[in-house]
Amino acid sequence: MTIWRVKVEVSPRSGIADPAGATIERSLPALGFENVQNVRLGKLICLEIEAENREEVEKLVADMSERFLTNPVIEDSYVEIFES
Amino acid sequence: MSRHIGVVQFPGTNCEQDSIDTIKNLGGQAEILWHGSDTVGSVEAIVIPGGFAHGDYLRCGAIARFSPIMTAISRFANSGGVVLGICNGFQVLTETGLLPGALQKNVGLKFLCQMESLIVDSTSSAIGKSFKSGEQLQIPINHFEGNYVCSPEVMCELEANGQIFLRYESNPNGSIGSIAGISNKEGNIVGMMPHPERATSVLLGSMDGNRILSALFEGNVKNNS
Repeated sequence: MTIWRVKVEVSPRSGIADPAGATIERSLPALGFENVQNVRLGKLICLEIEAENREEVEKLVADMSERFLTNPVIEDSYVEIFES
Repeated sequence: MSRHIGVVQFPGTNCEQDSIDTIKNLGGQAEILWHGSDTVGSVEAIVIPGGFAHGDYLRCGAIARFSPIMTAISRFANSGGVVLGICNGFQVLTETGLLPGALQKNVGLKFLCQMESLIVDSTSSAIGKSFKSGEQLQIPINHFEGNYVCSPEVMCELEANGQIFLRYESNPNGSIGSIAGISNKEGNIVGMMPHPERATSVLLGSMDGNRILSALFEGNVKNNS
């Protein structure tokens, strides 16, 4: 068994209003960053899973993201998996 | 009249006593349903009141579904029992999957605590049937995540099935269709962001909330084991 480190990025789905991201985007030009677009504010969930292989980890993380870590009505997830 | 209403208390719930006081003042009986309990006992209808269930960790209402009482409430609701979710209770019902859609942050990123004019839309739910379509109610809101959102397909279903109970007159939080409250297709599960338990006397600026909570007594109440 291997310990796998997993990062799950949760962000508002495209098309879903993200007022916090929009506020950051509107603020950046005040610091001279004029060319920034599509700012989205999300959250990062880090966890470790003990499993035989990467495919098993992918399956487990997809399942927990769908059923708990995200609300699929309003959020998307992006998963990164590292062998530790 | 002594209908027996259960009022759910999660860690972080904070509107349960106001709800109980209102129900009792209206002539009902009310008792706390502790979140760790795995039965709803002999209650005939259930209120999931506002607050911050389980600290609103992860997302508003997301952790509440792991409380044993939610399994009992799902059983009660799926057998036709009337359940009213108010504010955080509405968020709990969407996160549990008992109601469609989700509640996201208010457009404008402001916590909103103010009186709102609401228009009764569909009167087909257990609560809605005590009202006339087009009636105006004054009931306050008190939330940061009250911006109702759902897919266009779900929105079509809500409209077609008469599941939209309340709309805001001046959509303060950006909700799709100005939605303030909905029901499930069967009409026995109702969720609303405004707080009826805070519109219960002239001193509070409105008594319209009494009609929402007293509708629980007149609803299709059902005993459950």
